[in-house]
Amino acid sequence: MLDWWLPENVSTYGKDIDWLFQLIYYITGATLVLVSVALVAFLWIYRDRPGRRARYTHGSTPLEIAWTVVPALILVLLTALSVPAWSRIKMTQPDTDFVVEVTAKQFNWQITYPGPDGRFGTADDKTLLDEMHVPVNKVVRVVLKSQDVIHSFFVPQFRMKQDVVPGREIAQWFEATKPGKYELPCAELCGFGHSGMKGWVYVHTPADYAKWAAETLTAATPPAGDAPRDEPRREEKAKR
Amino acid sequence: MSVISASAHAHVEHHELGFLRTYVFSTDHKMIGRQFLFLGLMMMILGGALALVIRWQLAWPETPVPGLGLILRETGGILEPSTYNMAFTMHATIMIFFVVMPILAGGFGNFLIPLMIGARDMAFPVLNMLSFWAAFVAGILMLAGFFVPGGHAAAGWTSYAPLASVVEYTGVNWGQNLWLISLFVLGISSMMGSINYITTVINMRAPGMSMFRMPLVIWSLFITAILLLLALPVLTSAAAMMLFDRVLGTSWFRPSGGGEPLLWQHLFWYFGHPEVYILILPAMGIASEILPVFARKPIFGYHAMAFSMIAIAFLSWVVYGHHMFVSGMNPALGMAFTVSTMIIAVPSAIKTFNWLGTLWGGRIRLTVPMLNALAFVSMFVIGGLSGIFMASTPVDIYIQDTYYIVAHIHYVVFGGSIFGAFAAIYYWFPKMFGRMTNRALGHLHFWPTFVFFNMTFFPMHILGIGGHMRRIYNPLQYEFLQPLQWWNVLITIGAIGLGLAQLPFVINFFWSLFAGPRAPLNPWNATTLEWTAPSPPPHLNWGGALPTVYRGPYEYSVPEWAEDFLPQTVPAARAGARRH
Ligand SMILES: [Cu+2]
Ligand SMILES: [Cu+2]
Repeated sequence: MLDWWLPENVSTYGKDIDWLFQLIYYITGATLVLVSVALVAFLWIYRDRPGRRARYTHGSTPLEIAWTVVPALILVLLTALSVPAWSRIKMTQPDTDFVVEVTAKQFNWQITYPGPDGRFGTADDKTLLDEMHVPVNKVVRVVLKSQDVIHSFFVPQFRMKQDVVPGREIAQWFEATKPGKYELPCAELCGFGHSGMKGWVYVHTPADYAKWAAETLTAATPPAGDAPRDEPRREEKAKR
Repeated sequence: MSVISASAHAHVEHHELGFLRTYVFSTDHKMIGRQFLFLGLMMMILGGALALVIRWQLAWPETPVPGLGLILRETGGILEPSTYNMAFTMHATIMIFFVVMPILAGGFGNFLIPLMIGARDMAFPVLNMLSFWAAFVAGILMLAGFFVPGGHAAAGWTSYAPLASVVEYTGVNWGQNLWLISLFVLGISSMMGSINYITTVINMRAPGMSMFRMPLVIWSLFITAILLLLALPVLTSAAAMMLFDRVLGTSWFRPSGGGEPLLWQHLFWYFGHPEVYILILPAMGIASEILPVFARKPIFGYHAMAFSMIAIAFLSWVVYGHHMFVSGMNPALGMAFTVSTMIIAVPSAIKTFNWLGTLWGGRIRLTVPMLNALAFVSMFVIGGLSGIFMASTPVDIYIQDTYYIVAHIHYVVFGGSIFGAFAAIYYWFPKMFGRMTNRALGHLHFWPTFVFFNMTFFPMHILGIGGHMRRIYNPLQYEFLQPLQWWNVLITIGAIGLGLAQLPFVINFFWSLFAGPRAPLNPWNATTLEWTAPSPPPHLNWGGALPTVYRGPYEYSVPEWAEDFLPQTVPAARAGARRH
């Protein structure tokens, strides 16, 4: 019941994010304790008592230099540690042959697989609604697009978040490390149906994934552009 | 300067003004300050009520909100998603633009600047009056949005395009238009006000009041005015552009017409980050004013305090991209904004340590204004430290758009700005209204507010760490959030307590206004110029000659000076003579 920490991490770069999070957590936590203890201690020690006069001082240059330089150094250090992780997560795209297109719309995730020919925009593309299936330990590239407003692709357990902007194609990547079923909420306000706009990411073992792909992606598929089976129901909900 | 004060002198003799010119269309900076204060306090009731509606829905989703059945008759008081979106959009809009800005920059900016630099009024009194009435019109326009078909703006206070710029995406039509028009008018109001503040501070200081003898609250308001002058026009222009998109069919932000949704975010946050400092700088100034008075000590590191505010003002223009790390903006740019954002934390750290330095060795009296100022310092520390998580781009990927951000902004704007505003109200109330506030009611207001504030906003960090998105209508729709739901219940109970804790404040304010004991000239034994004018100061502030300034603003506990405060106006010769 007392849940109060990061959800379990199941992606490769999530570890880097959690490590930085914890580092900052301990640095800021220690600072908060020091400052608060000093504040309360001063309020007690220097409380108004008869016959005492306050110390007449306008400051102390060495002290002021110290408390300028020390925070500055800590912040430089944090910057230096943040930049490489950021660069690895957001600025580089590892090579992969596993690409999925995600097209967001009010209020669904449409997940498109290229089909057996491995190319998007052909007749054998397969689009699923609000569910994504990927193999474990494999770099997955998602190409994010939006049909209407800005949405945000958020998988808490992957520590992955990226806004999906209409008029742009934004490529992102992740590599899941543990099979399972992970929630995929939309994290950017996108209208009255924003709350509840969510999907699931299914991370399979390679064998399970091959089985799923054979059943779903390579099986005789309806022509491209056909809506998935359960779409009309959701459309109705969205138009309510 | 001499021309202005000469003409001011000429007015001293004939200032019998009617009711309308004294209380409504007044050009007196003190009355305009009071008007801004009342505007802000009235709007705070609405903003607070909206907050409680939001909290009810999050703790007990889709159950009738007590009392709301009277307004939302069709649903029996149950919030619908579109109404919920409207509630949080308007809560933030009202609190930021119609509560904190009017109270701190508008109210105390107007009241304090002439009184603390020794001027008879603002440089442009008529412009000053127009500034208030423009803000008033903006308020009316903003309130009108609640009554139009389709409801009020519901795209968040950030109104991201194209959600806010295309009618079909929210179904909100004139609500959003009025929101944009209101902010446009408010932008004009703030421009008139800020030009006035800047001119007054530069040109109308009393003899001897050099820039570095100015109280730090005046420094903070002066820098705030510069930020207002440079930031608000960007929002004003962006609001006009979005209104054109909505009404005239332009495509500034619409990709299908060749527009760019991210352009809105760049414009909005180019305004929005300096705006954060517009909200917090005056509160920093207020704390720097009150801490020395009740510690009976000079402020620690006056110059560092002034220069760190100047540094914040410069840096605040180059950090705005930290709101857009995951927006789709080039990630290389994100890296640059990380560096600048980490740097801007340094001046805030300097200020915090200097406030602690001010307390060190003091003779501290925990009066009601002092308690609120201390709450400002300690809550601002939490808000500042939680900001470091966001500055680190990889961590921000995870916490962006979660309750962690909501916790952070409330520690800065409520824990910071609102505690600063309470401190200022309790501290300057005797000067503003000529009466003392009630001490017992002040404590009865402060302590529950402080406790319930933390009970409300601290657990939001925990929700954010758990991944709880902001702006969602019903957390129970998500499996991973269900185990966290009891935090939402706890937060809502805290919020209700926080609302109730404001009742002693309201009682104290109005009781003291009419029946409080008469305030002496200088009830706190402070050194700055406003305490040399009568309480409340008359039209043109000082009867005969303007005060002359002989020293800096924080000469407390000067050795060999009998009293523990040496006012700025005591001539150097007399001060010397009293030494032995
Ligand atoms: Cu969405
Ligand atoms: Cu910012």
